[in-house]
Amino acid sequence: MSLHVKPILVALRRHKAGTLLIALQIALTLAIVCNALFIIHQRLSSMAEVSGVDEANVFVIRNQWAVIDRTTQQVDAQVRADLLALRQLPGVQDASAATGYPLQGGGWDNYVMMTPDQVEPTTDSAVYVGDEHFIGTLGLRLVAGRNFRPDEVGVMGTQEAVAPPVTVVSKALADRLFPGGDALGKNIYAMSAKPSTIIGIVDPLHRQGTSSWNKAYAGQSLIWPARPDDARGVFYIVRAKPGQLADAMREAPKALYAQSRMRIIDAKDGIQDYAEVRRRAYDSDRGTAILMGIICTALLAITAAGIVGLTSFWVGQRRRQIGIRRALGATRHDILGYFLTENFLIGVAGALVGVVLAVAMNLWMITHAEMERMPTVYVLAGVIVLLLLGQGATFAPALRASRVPPVEATRPV
Amino acid sequence: MFAYYLDLALRSLKRSPGLTALMVLAIGFGVAASMTSWSVFRAVSGDPIPWKSAQLFVPQIDNWGPNGRSADGDPPNAMDYTDATALMRDHRARLQSAMYQISPSVVPAEASKHPINVSGHAVFGEFFPMLDVPFLYGSGWSASDDANRAQVVVISSKLNEKLFGGTNSVGKSVNIERADYRVVGVLDNWNPQPRFYDVVNSGGFDSGTEDVFLPFQTAIQANIPNDGNTNCNAVPKEPGFAGLQHSECVWIAFMAELDDAAAVTTYRDYLQGYAREQQQAGRFAWAPNNRLRSLPEWLDNQHVVPSDTKVSLLVALGLLLVCLVNTIGLLLAKFLRRSSEIGVRRALGAPRSAIYAQFLTEAGIVGVAGGVLGLLLTCAGVASVGWVMPKDIASLARLDVSLLLLTLLVAVVATMLAGLYPTYRASRVQPAWQLKSN
Repeated sequence: MSLHVKPILVALRRHKAGTLLIALQIALTLAIVCNALFIIHQRLSSMAEVSGVDEANVFVIRNQWAVIDRTTQQVDAQVRADLLALRQLPGVQDASAATGYPLQGGGWDNYVMMTPDQVEPTTDSAVYVGDEHFIGTLGLRLVAGRNFRPDEVGVMGTQEAVAPPVTVVSKALADRLFPGGDALGKNIYAMSAKPSTIIGIVDPLHRQGTSSWNKAYAGQSLIWPARPDDARGVFYIVRAKPGQLADAMREAPKALYAQSRMRIIDAKDGIQDYAEVRRRAYDSDRGTAILMGIICTALLAITAAGIVGLTSFWVGQRRRQIGIRRALGATRHDILGYFLTENFLIGVAGALVGVVLAVAMNLWMITHAEMERMPTVYVLAGVIVLLLLGQGATFAPALRASRVPPVEATRPV
Repeated sequence: MFAYYLDLALRSLKRSPGLTALMVLAIGFGVAASMTSWSVFRAVSGDPIPWKSAQLFVPQIDNWGPNGRSADGDPPNAMDYTDATALMRDHRARLQSAMYQISPSVVPAEASKHPINVSGHAVFGEFFPMLDVPFLYGSGWSASDDANRAQVVVISSKLNEKLFGGTNSVGKSVNIERADYRVVGVLDNWNPQPRFYDVVNSGGFDSGTEDVFLPFQTAIQANIPNDGNTNCNAVPKEPGFAGLQHSECVWIAFMAELDDAAAVTTYRDYLQGYAREQQQAGRFAWAPNNRLRSLPEWLDNQHVVPSDTKVSLLVALGLLLVCLVNTIGLLLAKFLRRSSEIGVRRALGAPRSAIYAQFLTEAGIVGVAGGVLGLLLTCAGVASVGWVMPKDIASLARLDVSLLLLTLLVAVVATMLAGLYPTYRASRVQPAWQLKSN
């Protein structure tokens, strides 16, 4: 492409309005597209987070008790009986009671301290409560230390959150608290004056939620060895034998109702396999990504169509001038180059404004919509996409321009 | 004359069907995207109780001190049992209610039926008149019912349908957690969104319904624990629901009706005095740090409008803007291509105003066509918003006459505005120049 920039600029001065409109359109499209790409990437990367669970074989039962006013001992007897019944099912490999499960289940967070009298917490951790079957049922990978022994498993009643003497933590939490990698055997204080000794490390173990506020702690979790005997209800996590998920999901509620009818397992949401858990957890992320994708596509299509339209108009307007240039010896290649360069110059001008708008839009979203700062690479990607789009959209009309025969110079318009 | 311009415009649009289709598509798509996002945004950002929201206030008491405050120094966004019951006892607002979320089971009379789980709130009797809650049958309960821990219940029309076949069930009995409660009122389809009286637990929006309302102290006595969030700055010393009541954990929502500025000031002073008393009693080791926000301020402070809906509205409006800039460009190209025609009309005596009328008519037609397409796409958009937004929010998006009119209006007005500059340029065409160059 031969760059005769000066005559192009002079010619553009005669088409101020059109030039401005294309530049403005490119600027606005750039601003929106790179922000949208950033949002899409954020959402896709959170959807790709690993839970640590053997998702193909695990399902969850949300079991609520029909009678709230019971003692922890009464609930515990029921939970033990339920677990025994679940574990005896032919399609079931293991089962555990829990206060929550990765990605979506309820549960709570605790601040974690390194010393008992520390005022400012070191960090925050999701807290799971489960028995010695919890790790095996979820299929978590134990990378150091050991699982809980049955004698370490206590009971935890309604609204109880007493830190037990031992705990298993996720590797992310272990590394956050003990960057030296020597967490095993160390003590931590999870909102308690009494220490909990780290006896095992699992990797990974996602927290119970996927909302954006806890993104910074996404993999930080700890497990307390106890049967959660909350009088309101309990989650039963069940791991089916490979290939028997559907059977196990069908038999499990029957086994539970055979133990006692005084429970509520919602017909619609009460039993979910992990595919469903994951789908629900990332519902709004997926939706937003799709929405942004649709809007980006529409924007790029409209902007491209607009450039085609205006450039075609310019080509039509300038047939005579093109003919004269051709007659004076310009090659078809020169004409093609002229229009492509013209669009490139407008594109660059638009992109410069667009970069400013993109940053402004990002800043607005940081203050008004809990957004993070957009890395420069998205702006660069946006600039490249729009310049290429401009060139692509100009190509067809420019090619048509290059086919204008020199004889046009002699014809009246 | 208008019929003539209409004819001219239609001829002109037919002459370049591709360009016309492109403009109509762009306007239609841009308007539909904006209107669909708007339908969601207006649903989530609307005032749930517009006639009264300025009189409803949410107090916050700082029972955690400096370490428990948010980054901007705010105290916890809910109350502990001690403060909530103290504020109820002092009763300084005209109407007020502490409340907490419950999820008890209702056991049907027939032994063959499974118990069902219902959600609701434990509230004080003043909750109902304070929030103008509509009743189908009966009413709320009295202050003496609160004081006597009466076994009464207000149920939703949905639960009334399920348990009593929709008949007037006032006076009948419902088995909740193995105890009998007498129905005193049946709500008339009341499910405000956002669930403004307890945004902390509902997150603002909840597509489920609230089926039971029990007296606060009755629920406490019956040991019906809270089913919502519990936030603690320290682990409660005693276990169980009783332990929670004796702890500094926050789990209770509170709302008060204050009818004028004087009442607000008085209440603010009261809160200040209460916190100072607690400080003097040694419970708080810090100066009072209360908040008293009106309902609109509270909804804003708690970020009830989901940020995703704000972002999608912003992006959709951006799309509309790009579509309009695009339309300006295309109309400009289209109009100026006909410079010679304009030149002839002007030379034959057409004034500038005639050129304006002619080309704005053309822009208007594009706008109407874009608007009609936008209407169809908005209908499709509102119907399918559940694909891209959580169902609690998507189910609030409504298609109504005002939205449809707005869609059409935005399309036509925006396209006419977009047509102004190209029309201006068309009206400036010099007839002599055009005739000469031909």
